[in-house]
Amino acid sequence: MKIAMTEYLQIDLETEKWHCRVCDHDVGPARENYKEGLLVHARDPREVHKPILDESYEFTFAPDPKWVQIVEYYCPSCGTQMEVEYLTPGHPPLYDMEFDIDALKKQWKKRGAQDVSKLAGPEPAGVDYHSHKSAGHGGR
Amino acid sequence: MGKNETLSYTEKEKSIVDQFLANNVLFLGPDPEIMEEHDIAPETAVEKAAKKKATDPAMLALVRDRLQAGTNESFEMLEQMGAAPGAKWGDLITGVFTKSGDLAVSSAGGVLIFAAVVHHPIKFIMKNWVNDKTVGVKEGDGFIHNDARYGNIHNTDQSLMLPVYWKGEMVCWASATVHEGENGAIEPGGMPSLAESVYEEGLKMSPFKVAENYELKKDLVTFLQNSVREPKLQFEDMKTKLYACRRMEQRIHACIEEFGLDYVIAALRTGLEDCKEETKRRIAEWPDGKVRACVMADSTLRENALIKVQCEVSVKGNELICDFRGSSPEFANRCNNTLLSSLKGMLAQLFLVFVWPDLPRNQGVFAPIRVITDPKSALNSSYTTPNAQSMMTFFPSFSCVQLAVAKFIYSTPQKYSKVIAPWHNMIRTFIWGGITQHNEMVGNLCADLNGMGGGARADRDGEHAIAPIFAPMADLGEQELNEEEIPFIQIVSKKIMKDNVAFGKFRGGQGYQMIASSIGSPLWGFMTCCIGSKVGCVPGVFGGYGAPTYPLCKVKNIDVFEIMKDDPGKFEFDIVEIMNNKPFEGASYTTHHTGLQFELAQRGELYMITQGSGGGYGDVLQRDPDLVIRDIEEGLLSHETAQRMYKLVYNPETLVLDREGTEKARQAERDARKKRGLPFKEFVKKWVKKEPPADVPYYGCWGTDRETIYAGPHGGVPRTTMSASDIQPIYMPNPRDVRIAELEAKIRELEKNS
Repeated sequence: MKIAMTEYLQIDLETEKWHCRVCDHDVGPARENYKEGLLVHARDPREVHKPILDESYEFTFAPDPKWVQIVEYYCPSCGTQMEVEYLTPGHPPLYDMEFDIDALKKQWKKRGAQDVSKLAGPEPAGVDYHSHKSAGHGGR
Repeated sequence: MGKNETLSYTEKEKSIVDQFLANNVLFLGPDPEIMEEHDIAPETAVEKAAKKKATDPAMLALVRDRLQAGTNESFEMLEQMGAAPGAKWGDLITGVFTKSGDLAVSSAGGVLIFAAVVHHPIKFIMKNWVNDKTVGVKEGDGFIHNDARYGNIHNTDQSLMLPVYWKGEMVCWASATVHEGENGAIEPGGMPSLAESVYEEGLKMSPFKVAENYELKKDLVTFLQNSVREPKLQFEDMKTKLYACRRMEQRIHACIEEFGLDYVIAALRTGLEDCKEETKRRIAEWPDGKVRACVMADSTLRENALIKVQCEVSVKGNELICDFRGSSPEFANRCNNTLLSSLKGMLAQLFLVFVWPDLPRNQGVFAPIRVITDPKSALNSSYTTPNAQSMMTFFPSFSCVQLAVAKFIYSTPQKYSKVIAPWHNMIRTFIWGGITQHNEMVGNLCADLNGMGGGARADRDGEHAIAPIFAPMADLGEQELNEEEIPFIQIVSKKIMKDNVAFGKFRGGQGYQMIASSIGSPLWGFMTCCIGSKVGCVPGVFGGYGAPTYPLCKVKNIDVFEIMKDDPGKFEFDIVEIMNNKPFEGASYTTHHTGLQFELAQRGELYMITQGSGGGYGDVLQRDPDLVIRDIEEGLLSHETAQRMYKLVYNPETLVLDREGTEKARQAERDARKKRGLPFKEFVKKWVKKEPPADVPYYGCWGTDRETIYAGPHGGVPRTTMSASDIQPIYMPNPRDVRIAELEAKIRELEKNS
């Protein structure tokens, strides 16, 4: 059984492997840091958050590249950007998700298959985001 | 004591000494027993007995609903009658606390964190004043408090607490808290970033009695009025809070009359116990493990510095621990320190508002969650360190845990709110002060801080300027009403700036521009208090980008009102246009970090900021092309950014999409990523350094070693390292002194050469 752990990563409980949710690429052992199975690239933050003000100004809405870099993690198979970190230059990447695989297996044994349609979370009660009916609708 | 000496106290002598010490406490400072505890208090005999008698769950629910309605009603009252800008726009809360002091019911609207910390001062009163013959607690008394060291966020927020009695016995407490603003600090407006010590932060009220027989004591009111810049506001809001508490008292009495005392006491207690148990049950649904996050605060509000908030959230069974060890040391002379109790209050609010908003808003929800910090760190600061701007370190802490929560709950079968990227976390607004057009001295702030952009959600974009992280139902205020009272206008407001957003499959909600200018005052000034001008402080999630950085822009030596009179076409209603086109001859155009200490502003000078974006969610290349077009249509996104970030191919004239071309461009970008990305180990080898960059002032641990704390270099003080278990407070030299030293060195050099 594969359990979606993030938007782009799932864990195969049988093989104990991280997999890409877009292309099913085997990212690596679930008991280890998934980042080790990804491609990594550090970017000047101004490539993403481009200066909005003239660059002659000290502050321009763009981060200072001497103080922060954007580290991007890609699936080596499909190129999906799975994670982004804003790191001080030279700071080791965070081991951000370290799940207890034995406990996870135990937990899901009782649950049955994961309902991926519910991953985003529930709609706020009483709010109908998709209706513009003027009367008698479910919104507030 | 020497080896041969033995204790010679008799039991009697010991008890005399103990009694003497108990009767002669020199100083009742913040009590660690109270301040370090956030669990619900032990059950009292009265509560136990009440629970035995009041057993009908439907009745208990009914009582809770009545009390909830009572707090909501008093909240409305306070909001309508309060004089502080914060009161008018939702920066307040009302609550009912058990006799022991636990927050049991809080109003549905307002700033939950206020109420989440008021249990500390109530517990202080119960412990110290009830049996003190010089103070005592009786029906009709009211107690005031604002000192964060006794349980608060910072001392701009004032609480009034009223014990509620029935037939001569204390039953519970009612309390009202408002962000009052002005508090007599070194800068006007109540949140001084200039303060170098607690003694410059204005009024610091430990809990004391300010009302008897339901009437405010005039001698104390007069003293407090003299202690702040807004004496009328101080008086009016003390009255308003007292009467809001009295309304809750009425509703509690009505409940007792209708349902009986036991049901009221039992409802308060069981609400707490049930929530604590339910929280544990919900945590047990999360996967066991550890999630780590880190956010860098980039300023002390005076100088730029990298101040690390390091966080490891761990779940094991029904235990949840937020571990902040390795975060920055405390600052001895800066205002950005957080007291542990304030940090817990902020985190409590995260769970109550963003994770389990369906649970009753009481203290039981946070009770099972543990928080670990290094003593003397910026997140567990000492009694002597200033804390008026604690938000500068506890807001990033909130974001760390919010990010961790998204990673924990994503897989869970049952969620109680959306999976969400971190909310914007900075109070991007103007604090102001001076003499009004009505010749009154004031100091307060614009409610626009409530316009934080929402984080992107797992299935839709974040909402623009929707709500602050600390109050989901606050308001932005009516600028026209402000202008009747205070002498500045927002020439531009509620206008969103293009590209000023966190990108992602779903983008963060954006903030709006504010251009403020003083008019009609003999003496007026502004300040701003935000981090995030060099390094963004709001991360994205699951491949989404974080928020960009936000500067303060100023145009000085100009009177735009005269320009508007003479040549109105010259004024451009947009920060970017003004700053990049520089339309006003002779004016100075500058940008700064957003830690602006109070500065006098002349008529017609421009002070310009924007609200911030919530974090982005997911890979930008997965963003629905139609949503990108919609952003362009709505003026949120430039063509350049649509093409650069989202790889959108379309006709810029007609906005007709080329779907196939877009997919091709996106595939090309995915291929480019694969080309430029390095395997992790190779990347680490190339990227990772042993220490922080030598020329960057860095405070906190580096990498996985949370025991070694780096500090500096800054202002001529070289970098040091220290043990996390033996933190030495950081003293930041005043930038003016640093500058003077630099200039003196230059002069010496010039003199030597000549």
